Amino acid sequence: MFTKEELLSYYTTMVQIRQFDLEAKRAREAGEILGNVHVYVGEEAIATGVCACLNTTDYIESTHRGHGHTIAKGAQLKPMMAELYGKATGSCHGKGGSQHIADFKVGMLGANGIVGGGFGLAVGAALAARYQKTGAISVVFFGDGASNRGTFHEAANMAAAWRLPVIFVCENNGIACSTPHSTGGQQAVVDLSKRALGYGMESYVVDGNDFFSVYGAMKRLVKRARGGEGNCCGFLECQTHRPFGHIVGDVQRYRDPTQAKAQWEADDCIKNFERRCITAGWLEPQDFEAVQRAVSETIEQARQFAIDSPYPDKSQLFTDLYD
Amino acid sequence: MSIKTYKEATWEAMKEEMLRDPSVYAMAEDIIGNGGSMGHYIGLGQAVGDENRVLDAPISETAIVASAVGAALAGMRPVIDMRFSNCLPVCMDELTNQAAKSRYMFGGQGKVHMVVRCPDGIMKMQGAHHTDCLEAWFAHVPGLQVVIPSSPAEGKGLLKSAIRNDNPVIFFEHKTLFKMEGEVPEEEYTIPIGKARVARDGKDVSIIVYGVMVSRALEAAKVLEQEGVSAEVIDLRTVSPWDKETVLASVRKTGRVVVAHEAVRQCGFGAELSATIGEEAFASLKTPVVRIGAPFVPIPMSPHLEDMCRTLPKDIISAVKRVLS
Repeated sequence: MFTKEELLSYYTTMVQIRQFDLEAKRAREAGEILGNVHVYVGEEAIATGVCACLNTTDYIESTHRGHGHTIAKGAQLKPMMAELYGKATGSCHGKGGSQHIADFKVGMLGANGIVGGGFGLAVGAALAARYQKTGAISVVFFGDGASNRGTFHEAANMAAAWRLPVIFVCENNGIACSTPHSTGGQQAVVDLSKRALGYGMESYVVDGNDFFSVYGAMKRLVKRARGGEGNCCGFLECQTHRPFGHIVGDVQRYRDPTQAKAQWEADDCIKNFERRCITAGWLEPQDFEAVQRAVSETIEQARQFAIDSPYPDKSQLFTDLYD
Repeated sequence: MSIKTYKEATWEAMKEEMLRDPSVYAMAEDIIGNGGSMGHYIGLGQAVGDENRVLDAPISETAIVASAVGAALAGMRPVIDMRFSNCLPVCMDELTNQAAKSRYMFGGQGKVHMVVRCPDGIMKMQGAHHTDCLEAWFAHVPGLQVVIPSSPAEGKGLLKSAIRNDNPVIFFEHKTLFKMEGEVPEEEYTIPIGKARVARDGKDVSIIVYGVMVSRALEAAKVLEQEGVSAEVIDLRTVSPWDKETVLASVRKTGRVVVAHEAVRQCGFGAELSATIGEEAFASLKTPVVRIGAPFVPIPMSPHLEDMCRTLPKDIISAVKRVLS
């Protein structure tokens, strides 16, 4: 059972991700920011449900589509938005941008421009935590497409063999960049969590559009990981939607964009959360409205902060490269 | 001073650094059973009193390197060993995208202090998948450092610096070095990364080398001396960063230059040296720079063909004669 504060906090995180990324999408479409922007809209319940089970000192490794993970792990929105604009006040002082956003203060060790690049890094972070006896665990987010990379299999094997507390969170939105699973050419198994069996991991498949399902399964995996007994790795497959293109500006000639969006709208994780809370009598419609309004203001402040911030000085070209 | 092999000297470096800093650990395939590809980790865990700090990895080069990057970002100082430099291409993303760039593109939020030890070079009839010298690949990547020691004492001092250093270091060790003996100081010492050394003073020609080529160049210089040629030998020690000042000072003194490496000549690190010398010390050159290296072929196994790919003292001597003519 959740307290009202907890529910509002989860809801706020989901709405922050939604509004942050809708704003990022708008800004990218308007040409106010350039470069690669992958929005997390539609998948908010996953990052929120997963990170709700983690501590600040736990580690996460992210993907191209990393804003949602970063926000859910507790990053501040102003430096995040400034990072998208390449500004000096950004989380990475403007050197990473949307695709390489990170916030080490909250254990977010980086989005990754290489699909499947984060698996081994998460194993290493868990190994470090074991050496340092911090009790931290490590979570790696990845897409269905990335599960076909050898890096997944090497990291999964190593983490399991070494009994490291690593949880593999697969965001299965059914489409790898521009290639839907329905083409049949991506992988032989439909149920990606079956891959966890090969590494002796506990695994769950959940509805990634339902915060409570994600949270419930993750809670069990985290408990096991923290217990540190035996093979304490976990695999969580969250089935979800990708309502927009792979990247902002993708015209999606590989599918019917209207249909994809409509399917998501009928199964939107934020609306699902609202319905569940109202049906159960946990929250009222005005609670949601208040959050939506407050988040809108926060996003506007973040946008203004990003616009007002200076670009990095030219003297910064060589900083943070070598000692 | 005492006489030690390169294997012993670098083993001591590992032991000393692991005792000095609890965040240092070693990881490689076969690091326990065989003690590493050259037996250079035998007994290390027991020697530091913690066998958990010498980790036997599954045959998963990408996970070995990536986990080292992740552990470094989380505060550890991994020393990983690729067994042979030819395993490096298996994990190029982890080296060139993750290790090299994480610190920079995340705005300095974390540092990737790790060492990647890579035994390399032609030993004897190991064929093309176990012999490459790949330093030029990694010297081309901003964010990485490339260190190539030439002797037991150099190996020890440079390995200690590489471990303490906050940058990702690719540490190439010619396989024939491991049995090489030499004097190693008893006392604690390190050798700075990025500072070349004049291995032999001379006035007629500068021979610019690194790694195993240093002893070959010194051997060549001895022969040349008997023929009345005074050759200066510069040991670069590190090719990224590389010590331009020491190289250019030598070039300005002698006016004649031979650049030699065991890596294939085409696009080898010698090309960078030669181009820089041409750009910045052209007026001092009495003859064009001569650079030598292996022919542009995968290293063949068959002994006579393999011999054609070695860069030996005789090749250096004939190169010196070309720049003197």
